[in-house]
Amino acid sequence: MAAKKPAPQANVSKEELLGYYRDMLLIRRFEEKAGQLYGMGLIGGFCHLYIGQEAVVVGLEATAKEGDKRITSYRDHGHMLACGMEANGVMAELTGREGGYSKGKGGSMHMFSKEKHFYGGHGIVAAQVPLGAGLAFADKYNGTDNVTFTYFGDGAANQGQVYETYNMAQLWDLPVVFVIENNQYAMGTSVARSTKSPSLFERGKAYGIAGEEVDGMSVLAVKEAGERAVAHCRAGKGPYILEVKTYRYRGHSMSDPAKYRTREEVQKMREERDPIEGIRSMLLTGNHATEEDLKAIDKEIKDVVNASAEFAKESPEPALEELWTDIYA
Amino acid sequence: MATEILMPALSPTMEEGTLAKWLKKEGDTVSAGDIIAEIETDKATMEFEAVDEGIMGKILIAEGTEGVKVNTAIAVLLEEGEDADAAVASSSSAPAEEKEEAPAETHASAPAAAAPAKDVPQLDLTPDWPEGTSVKTQTVREALRDAMAEEMRGDDRVFLMGEEVAEYQGAYKISQGLLDEFGARRVIDTPITEHGFAGIATGAAFAGLRPIVEFMTFNFAMQAIDHLINSAAKTLYMSGGQMGAPMVFRGPNGAAARVGAQHSQDYAAWYSMIPGLKVVMPYTASDYKGLMKSAIRDPNPVIFLENEILYGKSFDVPEIEDYTVPLGKARVAKQGKDVSIVSFGIGMTYAMEAAEKLAEEGIDAEVIDLRTLRPLDYDTVLASVMKTNRMVTVEEGWPVGSIGNHLSAYVMTHAFDYLDAPVLNCTGKDVPMPYAANLEKHALVTTQEVIDAVKQVTYR
Repeated sequence: MAAKKPAPQANVSKEELLGYYRDMLLIRRFEEKAGQLYGMGLIGGFCHLYIGQEAVVVGLEATAKEGDKRITSYRDHGHMLACGMEANGVMAELTGREGGYSKGKGGSMHMFSKEKHFYGGHGIVAAQVPLGAGLAFADKYNGTDNVTFTYFGDGAANQGQVYETYNMAQLWDLPVVFVIENNQYAMGTSVARSTKSPSLFERGKAYGIAGEEVDGMSVLAVKEAGERAVAHCRAGKGPYILEVKTYRYRGHSMSDPAKYRTREEVQKMREERDPIEGIRSMLLTGNHATEEDLKAIDKEIKDVVNASAEFAKESPEPALEELWTDIYA
Repeated sequence: MATEILMPALSPTMEEGTLAKWLKKEGDTVSAGDIIAEIETDKATMEFEAVDEGIMGKILIAEGTEGVKVNTAIAVLLEEGEDADAAVASSSSAPAEEKEEAPAETHASAPAAAAPAKDVPQLDLTPDWPEGTSVKTQTVREALRDAMAEEMRGDDRVFLMGEEVAEYQGAYKISQGLLDEFGARRVIDTPITEHGFAGIATGAAFAGLRPIVEFMTFNFAMQAIDHLINSAAKTLYMSGGQMGAPMVFRGPNGAAARVGAQHSQDYAAWYSMIPGLKVVMPYTASDYKGLMKSAIRDPNPVIFLENEILYGKSFDVPEIEDYTVPLGKARVAKQGKDVSIVSFGIGMTYAMEAAEKLAEEGIDAEVIDLRTLRPLDYDTVLASVMKTNRMVTVEEGWPVGSIGNHLSAYVMTHAFDYLDAPVLNCTGKDVPMPYAANLEKHALVTTQEVIDAVKQVTYR
């Protein structure tokens, strides 16, 4: 985990820090609850948790403005919560209920929100990369200055369609921020075991795309780099790549025994680099908040998450007629 | 309040497991994220993390226990000062019974009983344009270009993207003149990267544009097929109706001439299998024009299968402003009473030729041009078969899982009692396309095969 420069701290207001704390905590608690509901059999199939990576989406959402778009892979719960989608609707989709964002027909991997400009939720590794460039194509076509955040992992970064997309995105100056969430493991295969060119953002140079590596365990570092990327895109200079070095604490999916790394490795990351603990200690040492203030936030988040679990359990299963709807517009 | 810790499901298929080891003892403090136990599934040993904080109260299932059902209470987590036994007694642990509900009604597309349908469908013989309308002779190529140009004039969201569509004026000259009229913003040359540009166009459609994607041939769309099916066709359903991909994927499909195995393949049956896609494969220039305009306006992804050999063929096209043909409506190309020949696309060439020659021998064939393969106009096929009581299908694609196979099954299910002979499918041969001229001719369906099939079902 190479943090190239120390996290910037100047000019960050107390409110901003508290906001990041709250947003990251919401994702963490939500995911823990999702893991629990999975264990109870209320969530089925695949369920990919985002725990450990919270600073990535929260830092980048801090740079977004109305009309900006986002698209990601199947590890998508954090992205949805960060862009303002309701915990209730996300959790109810996980349980496959009518109150879910896709009426229960999408599941953990396939959720969308037209209102929040969240375009999924894609289950084919790297498919979201050209799709995201296509969203950016639409913004350029329509003459807006909006950008699209296109998230993908270190595993997807080896797919051919990523490079087809890089080529066209740069050729056509598309306003797309490619966010490589490098959590170091493509399911069970470490970056070192899948490529001899481990600096993933540098691959963009072959196409003339600017990019940089970012400490993904620091929400402030992510935000700072995100602002550079977004400014580049909004100015019509084409795409930008952020390789965000992050870490997932949980397995690839719920059924991953994670034998490809040691318990110590995970534990060390949690203890030394946790993004939420980082902000928490910044808040406390900077006298921005007291233990009691943070406890109150913890309680507030716990209530939101518990309420979403209740909603997700109580929301009815979709009506059988739903089997036949939404196939054609 | 005490919380029960339940035996977790650790994979999509796990129903029970072995509680291999407890890592926390009764009385230990537990924080969220702590590993409290190791659980063996049929696939692996998994670590089980605590979700809530508290104190480990009573352990209800001893380590080493096998066959512990998912959702069985395995321990109790207490808050400070709580009594373990009281907590156990007060909680219930029976998992809720799952109910199996039967669908209230069967859907229209579910198999119906083999009994004859009560409402016998009637053939719709209304012509596509009113009698007396003036017509002009146009090639399929010109008709396609006119359709795209008309739609682009009317809707700024429509754009054309593909290899050589702009400056080269189209590899098959379908987009001739479009760059001049609409400019480089709307007529876009792509690098040779089908997977990438199909994905970009689909993303643009998610965002509300109306892309037309030209594949130089549909053989190359194999590189992009994941986006056609997983991204374009399924998103409306996966998003619960919030967003979809209103777009057209078009290009030549099927065999041209002497281009060998990798450039000669008919995808009609492949795409027609996919819910969420519409699939069009026209024969005449007027249908190319009218269906292309409808496809561009349709809010769904449409696969528009053209044919290189037909591009230069001329037909009458009505001089009607804004001429459209609805998707999903077959055309009665020739009325007849002895047999129904059902075809589409270039297959119609063989169907019409065969019908002509059969007429000379006194066999009066009805010819149905399906035009759209999804949604398929089943009613027109049924109406025709119920009249003639015999059916022969004609297509250039491979025999296994063909459109003809599907129609045979459909007709057997819905009009069994009307059939006087087994349905026969005339298709391309079950081989990759050879290069040699004589072999290629035999690999495709032939007019003679259609004639022979008709004679067989009419017992002549």
